[in-house]
Amino acid sequence: MAEEAKKKKGPSPGVLALRKVVDDVYEEARQAKKRGEPVGWSSSKFPCELAAAFDLHVVYPENQAAGIAANRNGEMLCTAAEDIGYDNDICGYARISLAYAAGYRVGRKFDPETGEFIIDPASGKPLKDENGNVVIDEETGKPKKDPKTQTPYEELVNINDIEALPDGEEKERRLNALKPIRQNLMPAPDFVLCCNNICNCMTKWYENIARMHNIPLIMIDIPYNNDVDVDDSKVAYVRAQFDAAIKQLEKISGRKFDQKKFDEACHNANRTAKAWLKVCDYLQYKPSPMSGFDLFNHMADVVTARAKVETAEAFELLAQDLEQNIKDGTSTLPFEEKKRVMFEGIPCWPKLPALFKPLKENGINVTAVVYAPAFGFVFDGLDEMAKAYYKAPNSVCIEQGVAWREGICRDNKVDGVLVHYNRSCKPWSGYMAEMQRRFTDDLGIPCAGFDGDQADPRNFNAAQYETRVQGLMEAMTAKD
Amino acid sequence: MADIITMGIDVGSTASKAIILKNGQDIIGKSLIDVGTGTSGPERAIKMAFEDAGLAAEDMAFIMGTGYGRNSIDIADHNMSELSCHARGAAFLMPSVHTVIDIGGQDVKVIQIENGAMVNFQMNDKCAAGTGRFLDVMAKVLEVKVSELGELAAQSKKRVDISSTCTVFAESEVISQLAQGTEKCDIINGVHHSVASRVVGLAHRVGVRDDVMMTGGVAQNKGVLMALEEELGHIVHTFPLTQYVGALGAALFAFQKAQTAKA
Repeated sequence: MAEEAKKKKGPSPGVLALRKVVDDVYEEARQAKKRGEPVGWSSSKFPCELAAAFDLHVVYPENQAAGIAANRNGEMLCTAAEDIGYDNDICGYARISLAYAAGYRVGRKFDPETGEFIIDPASGKPLKDENGNVVIDEETGKPKKDPKTQTPYEELVNINDIEALPDGEEKERRLNALKPIRQNLMPAPDFVLCCNNICNCMTKWYENIARMHNIPLIMIDIPYNNDVDVDDSKVAYVRAQFDAAIKQLEKISGRKFDQKKFDEACHNANRTAKAWLKVCDYLQYKPSPMSGFDLFNHMADVVTARAKVETAEAFELLAQDLEQNIKDGTSTLPFEEKKRVMFEGIPCWPKLPALFKPLKENGINVTAVVYAPAFGFVFDGLDEMAKAYYKAPNSVCIEQGVAWREGICRDNKVDGVLVHYNRSCKPWSGYMAEMQRRFTDDLGIPCAGFDGDQADPRNFNAAQYETRVQGLMEAMTAKD
Repeated sequence: MADIITMGIDVGSTASKAIILKNGQDIIGKSLIDVGTGTSGPERAIKMAFEDAGLAAEDMAFIMGTGYGRNSIDIADHNMSELSCHARGAAFLMPSVHTVIDIGGQDVKVIQIENGAMVNFQMNDKCAAGTGRFLDVMAKVLEVKVSELGELAAQSKKRVDISSTCTVFAESEVISQLAQGTEKCDIINGVHHSVASRVVGLAHRVGVRDDVMMTGGVAQNKGVLMALEEELGHIVHTFPLTQYVGALGAALFAFQKAQTAKA
């Protein structure tokens, strides 16, 4: 059994730096919009190096949707998209993004007379006394809420309706009532960048955004690769699309392609990828100096800012923090690591506490996620970049997918695999049954699957999930 | 040496079962109530098992809870998943078992066993097709008791195909077959194969290795058992105690815990 590592209090300098990087991406985009510069919306694995060569500001709907879902507003936005005609079977990220693109936002309810927010009595954390004990309400017998942590009721509003109001107090009040999280204040797009290497729903999703806003769409099509290698004809197909995208971006930005800026972005992206991989590799330590769930949060940086020097520096700083954790015998994992698993798929963002609870109760740390190899790619020049972007979790063949995963399972010494059958992501979930069979055959470890969704909380059942996690723990323990 | 008495309580979604075991070998008390978690079922099942054994809570060296309602069994010293408990109970009844298929009220499990312990498993998704609830719904539409389904299916001469995709769609197919005058026994035969095909899909994911045992209340339905054998291509064993296998496994784990504590 792994020795219990001491828990480190508060976020480390590396984590704080990474948070700042993402905050800055959104803030800079808002400022650019105010200055009248075009702002783009991009899919997560579109070659960001191209937009960087033109100094264009870009934000990421996938990251935004994950944030909205984690802030418990996924269902509100998903339902809004369904109400305007998008099917419930479409990806939850796409529904949130399409609702946002159609102007839907999360608003805070306020009293029209006084202008004061109406507090939701069910919100907030339990009130604690000076000794740290939860204060119980004598009347109800339930814990009292800490008023400082309580928040207003939330409602669906439409930014188009608010902006149509005449300038004045009422308009200001409604704008100020928008939920003050960066994902709810993301500027509207002037162009969209879509690369369908990571998702095939994305093509129609971005076409719809482009049509709603009547803006240019730059599409990089990456077909599913049924080979492990990316051959020259495939490179040529993607390279030609890069060349066309550069011409489109010249038109959008009004600038010429800047080779120096492009080279610098590529250099930064490569440096970020190396630092990201280094951070991921710390999960190989037993016990691990970090909770693997942390990687899901740091993904935001890899997605939204991998071509920025600040991102590379922040990951390098995080690697130093983790090195220090090893020396100090500390960990960001808030419990004793008894068993280690690979978590397959995107987390259920709206249900993170429910997702984490049985893992904590059973002492299971996530020490492997497929994002590590998926975003840890390094390249030199446009042709190699085409090759690198050809490899994403949903565009590689099953042999490559299995090899990626089994590699990190071995390196990171996992005892089992927990597979999220994500209702939002059919391509990803579709081949997991076969992958699970191979993991067990090749690695001799148990695998458990559970149903859920990356953004729509209606598709997750905590009790079913708990049974599967407990069963997985028991199967892993039975092998001891 | 004094006897070690342990108890296993399996609170499912549709039934509550309890087993009292002496020295990890002999069943000296058991009970089954046809309602599960959130009802009076668990409490009644516990009381009935004590009465059956002529013992009380203080006589128990260890009590293990399992099943969907395992977290709300106050009397239990510990709880385990129904997956491990079914595996353990099945291996106790049949030491050569390698695959356990349990069709419960709202879920289906296929468990792979090595040396008497669970090593891997598969469970259904959130859909009720292929579960005990599916059979309840069909029995209601067919105006027969669930307990009669097996006997009626045995009279079938021509099986009707019933969809395994969705309980609601399958229900409307059954209604449509009834409207066309199709014999009830042929429809029931189709319903059983629908359940079996769903279960077989899961079983192949985890791998099927002889001996195969079916546990849970649905295993009492010979029609499902036969359909499963046909679809799976393996002999499927079952035991009279089939509904108690989860509780039995829990009582066996409780015995293990009691022995460890004693040591």
